[in-house]
Amino acid sequence: MSVLKTRNLILASAMAYGMTVATSAFSTDITGAGSTFIYPVNAKWAETYKMKTGIGLNYQSIGSGGGIKQINAKTVDFGASDMPLTPDELKKAGLMQFPAVMGAEVLAVNLPGVKKGEIKLNGALIADIYLGKIKNWNDPAIKALNPGVKLPDTKITVVHRSDGSGTTFIFTNYLSKVSPEWKSKVGMGTSVDFPSGVGGKGNEGVASYVQRIKGSIGYVEYAYALQNNMVYTQLESRDGTYLMPTMETFQAAAAGADWEHASGFYEILTNEEGKKSWPITGATFILMHTMQDKPANAKEVLKFYSWAFDNGAKIAEQLVYVPMPPSVVKLIKQSWHDKIKDTAGNSVWN
Amino acid sequence: MTKLKTTESREKFQAFLDLAFKLTTRFFAFAVLALLAGIIIELFIGAMPSIKTFGWKFFTSTDWDPVEVKFGSVIQVYGTLVTSLIALLIGIPVSFGIALYLTELSPKWLKRPLGIAIELLAGIPSIIYGMWGLFVFAPHLADHFQPWLIDHLGPIPGIGMLFQGAPMGIGMLTAGIILGIMIIPFIASVMRDVFEIVPPTLKESAYAVGCTTWEVVWNVVLPYTKIGVVGGIMLGLGRALGETMAVTFVIGNAQNFSFSLLDPGSSIASTLANEFNEAFGDVYTSALIELGLIMFVITFIVLALSKLLLFQLGKREGEKT
Repeated sequence: MSVLKTRNLILASAMAYGMTVATSAFSTDITGAGSTFIYPVNAKWAETYKMKTGIGLNYQSIGSGGGIKQINAKTVDFGASDMPLTPDELKKAGLMQFPAVMGAEVLAVNLPGVKKGEIKLNGALIADIYLGKIKNWNDPAIKALNPGVKLPDTKITVVHRSDGSGTTFIFTNYLSKVSPEWKSKVGMGTSVDFPSGVGGKGNEGVASYVQRIKGSIGYVEYAYALQNNMVYTQLESRDGTYLMPTMETFQAAAAGADWEHASGFYEILTNEEGKKSWPITGATFILMHTMQDKPANAKEVLKFYSWAFDNGAKIAEQLVYVPMPPSVVKLIKQSWHDKIKDTAGNSVWN
Repeated sequence: MTKLKTTESREKFQAFLDLAFKLTTRFFAFAVLALLAGIIIELFIGAMPSIKTFGWKFFTSTDWDPVEVKFGSVIQVYGTLVTSLIALLIGIPVSFGIALYLTELSPKWLKRPLGIAIELLAGIPSIIYGMWGLFVFAPHLADHFQPWLIDHLGPIPGIGMLFQGAPMGIGMLTAGIILGIMIIPFIASVMRDVFEIVPPTLKESAYAVGCTTWEVVWNVVLPYTKIGVVGGIMLGLGRALGETMAVTFVIGNAQNFSFSLLDPGSSIASTLANEFNEAFGDVYTSALIELGLIMFVITFIVLALSKLLLFQLGKREGEKT
């Protein structure tokens, strides 16, 4: 069973299920809104959780920006964003955040004759390609890194996201870390002013452009590359090793992150230390108010994610998400206890 | 006596019904006006932060940088106008040919099936055109048509500028062609309908004095129906200007300015579709709303121009006779 088909099926069943939830209108049902990236796994978790506990989740995947707006307006119990808020932003809005699940991005290329994982790229090269400085596949810089690979004399077409997206945020964050020129010229964000290339709407848009345009390169979620059988590249880790995209290298990036010292979990999982750390990974963050008018609802949200962390790893992996490592989960649960309070100042999570 | 009374009261009741009906329909008509005014006001309020920040520079700047919060509308306006223009260049002659054949040349038994086919074409959802454009049409363009354009038209000074770049298959030219195909059914069916109302005596007299089919169409049918024809074209143009999904699929969605039709670009509608969901911050959102306002103004200008054109045509006719 292909990953995306599974995701779509879940999407459909979750939609149907969302409707029944809306009509039954239990007050204990959890409501959330935001990131589209987390939606399939959230929905699958919710389905299983509902069977076990009878408590449903009504999650609207309206995009990370929308999720932040909704939680600020207190229309939902939690928001979800692919871009973590900075400690200052959290403080200002009276929010806390924690990572719920991770994903990885790969660079997919369309070069006839080149096989999966055959080409090696590093951060500086990717930045130069996306800046439009390296224009051809037989550029000496690419050749030097890939002796023995037949690189055609083909113009490089850069493919990026046209819609605002957490995927773009993670990718441009990575480029900003590895290339000072990218940082000063373009910067990072959910949408940026790409100096060159074409824009596809959604991961599927980028995937289809890469499949259609010869000589193209694009960044997509790993699940999409897998589903579409795309040719991805090896990437250089921060420690100089060349890695293939696997669950192992993705999780190494999460484990390598210094969550303990990251204030308010403000940690973007790109270019993490470790010989086995895949350089372009990111997490989706759950946003909640630190002071809860409705502590009962908050507790249900925390119970749900607690269950998901403890029992949902397998479901996440089936959908090619990367579950949070147990060491990080421990920190997350501690932060729930420390940060989320009811109006009387008591911890909601004990 | 009683019978008379009942008719009287019935008449009263009917008069009341008439009045109520008149008021209701008037209310509907005015509701449209109110809605229009409401939309303009809302757009204006929404666009205010952007208008304050960028002023007139919004119309001359090719910036579109969400990170630095610098926005301008040149890329999107250019993309919108160019794709619509290409669409009209393709759509008008083809539609004219279709309408001409259906009303003047086609055998009777073929008229109905052909007419229905055109109307069905108008009913296809735009996303289907977009997907077809991206998956089927664009690869063909990239492999055959675009390399030819680049080799043969690219080197010509002046218009060569429009045909530079790599043959990617997607871009403003592709978007224009897809739009052209999309508006054909609209323009063609309106043209056919108005061509059909030309009094047969007019045409027959022209044929009687020895006119060819072309002369009849060009000198009799077209002058008689020009208001309808222009109306049909405007209908098509309106659709081309505002089309979102199909354009988003094939225009390439690049926020970089380029004259070349082969390069990826953006239209106003595609930019809104792409970026509104995840727009953050007041200025970014309001820059998008200002784009919407510009779109509104462009549509209004197009409509006003077409009315003016018709008015001028009518006046000239008055002088002649």
